[in-house]
Amino acid sequence: MRKKLLALLLLVSLLSAVLCGCKDGSAEQAPADGQEPTIGSTGETANEITVGIAQDLDDSLDPHKAVAAGTKEVMFNVFEGLMKPTPDGELIPAVADHYELSEDKTTYTFTLREGVRFHNGEPVDTADVVYSIQRCADDTEGEPLVPALSAVKSITADDTTVTIALDQPNTEFLSYLTLAVLPEGYDQQDTAPVGTGPFKFVSRAAQDSIVLEKFEDYWGTPAYLDKVTFKIMENADSIMVSLQSGAVDLFAHLTSVQAAQLGDAFNIEEGTMNLVQALYLNNAEKPFDDIRVRQALCYAVDKQGIIDIAFAGYGHPIGSSMYPAFGKYFDESLSSRYTPDLEKARQLLADAGYPDGFAMTITVPSNYQPHIDTAQVLAGQLAQIGVTAEIQLVEWGTWLSDVYAGRQFQSTVVGVDASNMTARALLERFSSTAGNNFINYNNPEYDALFAQALTTFDDAGQTAVYKQMLENLAENAANVYIQDLADLVAVRKGLTGLRFYPIYVLDLSTVRYE
Amino acid sequence: MRRRNGYLTAGLILAGLTAALILLGFFWTPWDPNAMSMDRSGPSLAHLMGTDNFGRDILSRVMKGAGTTASIALATVAIGAVCGTAVGALTGYFGGLADEVLMRVNDALTAFPSVLLALVVISVLGPGKRMNVILALGLVFIPSFARITRTAFAALRDANYVKSARLMGAGSGRILLVHILPNVMHVLLPALTIGFNNAVLAEASMSYLGIGVTPPDASLGYMLSEAQGMFGIAPWYAAGTGLVIILMVFSVGLIGEGLQRGHGEAA
Amino acid sequence: MKYAAKKIAAMLLTMVIVSLLTFTAFSLISGDAAEIMLGTQATPERLAALRAELGLDRPLPERYLSWLLGFFTGDLGVSIQYKQPVWDLIAPKVLVTLCLSVLCFLLIAAVSIPLGLWSASRSGGALDGLRTVVNQLCMAVPAFFTGILLSWGFGIALKWFMPGSFPDLRTDFFGAVKYLFFAAAAIAVPRVAMTVRMLRSTILTEMGKDYVRTAVSRGSDRRRVLYRHVLKNSLAPVVTFLAQTMAEIVAAGIVVEQVFVIPGLGRMLVSSISNRDYPVVQAIVVILAFWVVLAGTAADVINQRVDPRLRLGGDA
Repeated sequence: MRKKLLALLLLVSLLSAVLCGCKDGSAEQAPADGQEPTIGSTGETANEITVGIAQDLDDSLDPHKAVAAGTKEVMFNVFEGLMKPTPDGELIPAVADHYELSEDKTTYTFTLREGVRFHNGEPVDTADVVYSIQRCADDTEGEPLVPALSAVKSITADDTTVTIALDQPNTEFLSYLTLAVLPEGYDQQDTAPVGTGPFKFVSRAAQDSIVLEKFEDYWGTPAYLDKVTFKIMENADSIMVSLQSGAVDLFAHLTSVQAAQLGDAFNIEEGTMNLVQALYLNNAEKPFDDIRVRQALCYAVDKQGIIDIAFAGYGHPIGSSMYPAFGKYFDESLSSRYTPDLEKARQLLADAGYPDGFAMTITVPSNYQPHIDTAQVLAGQLAQIGVTAEIQLVEWGTWLSDVYAGRQFQSTVVGVDASNMTARALLERFSSTAGNNFINYNNPEYDALFAQALTTFDDAGQTAVYKQMLENLAENAANVYIQDLADLVAVRKGLTGLRFYPIYVLDLSTVRYE
Repeated sequence: MRRRNGYLTAGLILAGLTAALILLGFFWTPWDPNAMSMDRSGPSLAHLMGTDNFGRDILSRVMKGAGTTASIALATVAIGAVCGTAVGALTGYFGGLADEVLMRVNDALTAFPSVLLALVVISVLGPGKRMNVILALGLVFIPSFARITRTAFAALRDANYVKSARLMGAGSGRILLVHILPNVMHVLLPALTIGFNNAVLAEASMSYLGIGVTPPDASLGYMLSEAQGMFGIAPWYAAGTGLVIILMVFSVGLIGEGLQRGHGEAA
Repeated sequence: MKYAAKKIAAMLLTMVIVSLLTFTAFSLISGDAAEIMLGTQATPERLAALRAELGLDRPLPERYLSWLLGFFTGDLGVSIQYKQPVWDLIAPKVLVTLCLSVLCFLLIAAVSIPLGLWSASRSGGALDGLRTVVNQLCMAVPAFFTGILLSWGFGIALKWFMPGSFPDLRTDFFGAVKYLFFAAAAIAVPRVAMTVRMLRSTILTEMGKDYVRTAVSRGSDRRRVLYRHVLKNSLAPVVTFLAQTMAEIVAAGIVVEQVFVIPGLGRMLVSSISNRDYPVVQAIVVILAFWVVLAGTAADVINQRVDPRLRLGGDA
């Protein structure tokens, strides 16, 4: 008995000794470990960086099926189409070497670039291109993945060229050919994607990380970095701690509060987010089926106030579904279509039968702090006209399934991005029949304008119609438009070469150590 | 004896202070807790606890938030204690097969860590609603109350005064409520204080995970997790909210300590 | 031996109930996984095909049995979100979470037992009140708050570890353990306080018993009595208490993994719940519950070795 007791006591003291030893050990190692983060993380020797992202790639790794901006942002580094966007908003050939447009502007002939390879080593041939386009145009199972491709009349190919014929001229058509070129017959894009981009997909660990590596056989300027690890960090404070500890080298979409906390170890680069941030209203849901109610909300909201309070003044007010980087379509005057006017707002509410206001729910994805902050300021502003807004935080996956796909919501604050560089990418969604018209906007005039835009073939005329559509959205107060957020990116000092695009992507191919 | 009750006295005073702050918060706060401004600053005479990232007065928000937190915790404990005691009393007093089965299930339920069970319940009910948080946490606390009270009731069911009550023709309900319940209070009361504290801390954890109460009507837990994101530039935010949570839990903990020791001395 | 067998049988029974409860609950609430996976692209034929593929066309009891067996064969179904086998997704995370909770458990035991002894042996002194206050304070701090303080203090100010870059457990075991140590400490603080308090009061109750008074009054050294008799009799309830702590450790771990960005089951669980990936959720829930039950049984069996009185008591 005594022995057993003794043994137990010994065991306990041994354990504490071991653990204390642990402590001492780590203290001794401290200087060695401490060095590491201060000289630019592990990057200098390994030529790799860690990028923090706020959410896992929750929908699909398959580039044709992904809808979340956060997914496309990461996978932009892995995939390319015949064409690809540049930071200036131009389109340049990528997998294609060049293209020719016929006299009547309905037939495109693409000549493939020589020596382009997929990440699995296979060369890209014209059959892969045809397969990829047809995959997105396939309408046998409902709406095609890229609805605009229904304009394609035929695709033919020989060894080196792909010829695409359209029913009619389409000035935006090239933008759609940024869709990813994938190897024909490869059916694991969902779990192990293969593309032609400067980085190749290596692995992912669910809710933890995604690893990309430099693609050595890339046809163009190869990436500077050998390896990029995307680390998923849901919590704002984990992000801050990880940046400051040296665990994360680059983090996009910081809030102004976060940016202000980062010390000398980081450069804060400012771009635009290229998102249409708005309080999106379910137009089919009471009370937002009444235009007066929607307009009342618009009059109650002070965009600049939101930007000042929640974003330290960073951000650009907008008045319709368009952001400033699209200079061609963006109309500054729409931003002041509704200047804050509480009297008018109350009057409109009273006219609509809500003299005492009403209660509403704002659904916000919990991992996007800017949207949460916006919603909080919004709730304060709406309270002034008697509208009590309850903020409901949901996970991103839930948001996608309930709000975006299921349309079960009253209102939501999010940013909507453009999947490619066309006005259509932002505006088609509000036509009454669009599959992604999650706000249930239903306006015959708008539908007519959209039909007109599709059949207008000169650029100036089409631009004018799109501008009318933007006015329509503003006039009918489809949503309470707020701003295009500033994109504050923390970049560890010593890293350079980050470029901003007019679409929501994070291009890492040009990032390098100085 | 006097010293031991010192804990109880100190706990009651501190808890009274917290309660006063909360009650005051229902009627009056120094500023409108949801009014935003451009003024972001540390503690000053105008803003005793400083202002948060939206320029809201932290003290006012803490007063409201503490009310939210306390009411959630109280409601939670009420659900857990009432249902748990009912289960514990019935199984402990009557015993038999129902006791065996219920206690097995109870054992199984205690195998689910509290936050885990609450998470699962929340995922069923839907996150973000105060009522759902209360229900989830309340359900989670039932098994522990059931276990504690069952032992107490089982021990007392053959006590002499219970036997004599039975002989005098008292019904089971009367015996349970009038004769036994007052005598298990010494176990139940400390359990209530512990339950309250667990509820406050669990609510804070759930807010931290983003599934607790949602803004703008923030609970202390939500505010504390929000404050951590700006620890670097506004440490007073975390300090203010953290302090009030700690004060709340600490004072109730002291009461529990006092109750337990007071009884230990008497026994 | 008989006692251990009995305990293990009870453990298995509890595990069956745990898994049955979980499985039934999730089968009732989650609806048709095939419908969720197909979403808007659902057609009756596709649904039927996917149901057959997922085994959803079989009756509930049969599905339960094959799922339960899955914990031994590694076949726990397919994640709705990742379209990958659940086991492949969570296997690397199981090890991380187990390491964290074991480390935390050892830490609590190693710190609280000496501390509890010390606290009991000095009971009644001038510092007794102070100790109680400190103790209560430690219990009042939420674990995630301690976690964030540790991250800033040891991670950023002292640079003893790098918060946010958890080393791979398989390639850098000691680095990972060092990292986990800080997370374990955040979980341990309030639990140490609870254990110390519990041990202290158990010892004090024991000290008040007649045999101790007699021994002391007969002139035995007080300290000798404490270690020889009192500790022996106080350890059993403490071991039981520590085993119950395992549930708390696991619960706190769910939150603390989030703070320290540790790729464990807790983080996976939280996001799977929000993404309604029920096959993943139910697997994790059951694994964590099994772990807690296992710890409880182990404690009972150990207890009985330490304290033979329990052998007579049987089902204590």
